[in-house]
Amino acid sequence: MYAQMVKSEAADDSAEALAFQARIDAGEKIEPKDWMPAGYRKTLIRQIGQHAHSEIVGQLPEGNWITRAPTLERKAILLAKVQDEAGHGLYLYCAAETLGVSRDEMTEMLLDGRMKYSSIFNYPTLTWADMGAVGWLVDGAAIMNQVPLQRTSFGPYSRAMIRVCKEESFHQRQGYDIMMKMAQGTPEQKAMAQNALNRFWYPSLMMFGPSDKDSVHSAQSMAWKIKMNTNDELRQKFVDQTVPQAEYLGLTVPDETLTWNEEKGGYDFAEPDWDEFFEVIKGNGPCNTERLAARNKAWDDGKWVRDGLLAHAEKRNARKVAAE
Amino acid sequence: MSSPNSAYPDIPETETKPKRHEWPLWEVFIRGQHGMSHRHVGSLHAPDEEMAIKNARDVYTRRNEGVSIWVVEARHIAASSPSEKGPLYEPSESKVYRHPTFFNIPEEVGAM
Repeated sequence: MYAQMVKSEAADDSAEALAFQARIDAGEKIEPKDWMPAGYRKTLIRQIGQHAHSEIVGQLPEGNWITRAPTLERKAILLAKVQDEAGHGLYLYCAAETLGVSRDEMTEMLLDGRMKYSSIFNYPTLTWADMGAVGWLVDGAAIMNQVPLQRTSFGPYSRAMIRVCKEESFHQRQGYDIMMKMAQGTPEQKAMAQNALNRFWYPSLMMFGPSDKDSVHSAQSMAWKIKMNTNDELRQKFVDQTVPQAEYLGLTVPDETLTWNEEKGGYDFAEPDWDEFFEVIKGNGPCNTERLAARNKAWDDGKWVRDGLLAHAEKRNARKVAAE
Repeated sequence: MSSPNSAYPDIPETETKPKRHEWPLWEVFIRGQHGMSHRHVGSLHAPDEEMAIKNARDVYTRRNEGVSIWVVEARHIAASSPSEKGPLYEPSESKVYRHPTFFNIPEEVGAM
C-alpha cells in the first residue's frame, strides 16, 4: 500500500503494555500524550511517515502532465488533484509529528533514503492515458487501504485518514472519467488506454505489499490496529472491484489466468512479479533515482525561502518584543 | 519509553534530539458556514501568523470548509494530561440529576 513492508517490533509483556493492548482491544483511541510502547510509537512513525512521503512523491508522476493536459478543464482538475496530494501529505506529517518526530526530520530521512515511499511512484507516466490509469487504479488501491485505516487505534492517524478519504473519491472518479473518454475515443486513444492498464495493473497489485505468507510484520501491527486487513485480503477486494470496471471500459486486464471463482465469490488472478517488487523497493525501479533527485532538488532550491521567511519572522518578533 | 536503539536505527530517539531550527507548529481552528463554533482541524508549519493563515486556507479549506480561521502557535496551548483523567472528570460521574432524563414528568403535563 502507500505504506509497504513497515517493520513492526514485538510488544513487551510488561503490565503497562498489557493494559495498553487491552485499551486497543476495547476499541479505545490512543492519543499522543497517552502511554504507549516504544515499538508502537516507532512503528507508527515509520508507517505514517512512509504514507506521507508517498503522498508527496506521488505528486511527481502526475505533475509531469499538468502542462500537457489536453484541455484547460482537465488541467485545472489535475492541478486540484495534485494539490490535494500535497494536502494529504501535510495531514499525515502532522499526525506523525504528534509522536515526537518533526516534519523536517522525516523529510531528511526520505531524502537520504532512510525512509521509503510506495513502490508505485517509481513507474513512469508515459502518456495522458496514464493520468486515467493512475487515478482509477492507484488511487483506487489507496482507497481500499485508507477506508479501513479510518478506524485505526491512533487518534491523529485516524482523523487524518477521515479527511483524506473524504477527498480521495474525487481522485479515483476523475481518473475513471479520463479512462472512459479514452476508451470511447478513436482506436488510437483506446489503444493508449489499454496500454496504460497493461503497464499499471501489476504495479497496482504490488501496492498492497507481499503475499501474506511472506509478510512478516503483519501480526503485531494488526494486534495494535495500525494495520486493519492483510495484504492478500485487500488485494483480492481490489481485483474483485476493478475487473468489472475494466469490462465496462471494454479494456482487457492483462492476466490470462483471470477467472471468476464461484466458490470463493471472487476472482482467481496472477500474482505480480515479486522479484520486480523487491528490486523497486531496493531502489532499482525505473524512476527511483529521478524521483529522489527531484525531491532533493526541490528541498535544496527551497532552502533560501525557508531560511529567509524564518529570519524575517524572527526579526519582526524581536522588534515587537523591544517595543513592549 | 526507552527501547534498544538497534531495533530502530531509522527513527531518532525523542529524548536525545538536539533542538532544530524549523518553522514553528501552529494549531488551526475553522468555523464552518452554519454558525457553529471554531473547531480544531489540524496543524501546520509556518514562519509567522500571516503565513499560517494563508497556509491554513490552502491546507484546510480547499472545499469551502470554513468562513473563519484561527491559528495559534502550538507551544501556547496548555492541555490536560491523560493521567489526571480520573480526578478531573470523576466529580461529574455521580451527578446524574444534571441530566433532564433523571426527572419523571407525567405524560399529561405535555412536552417539557
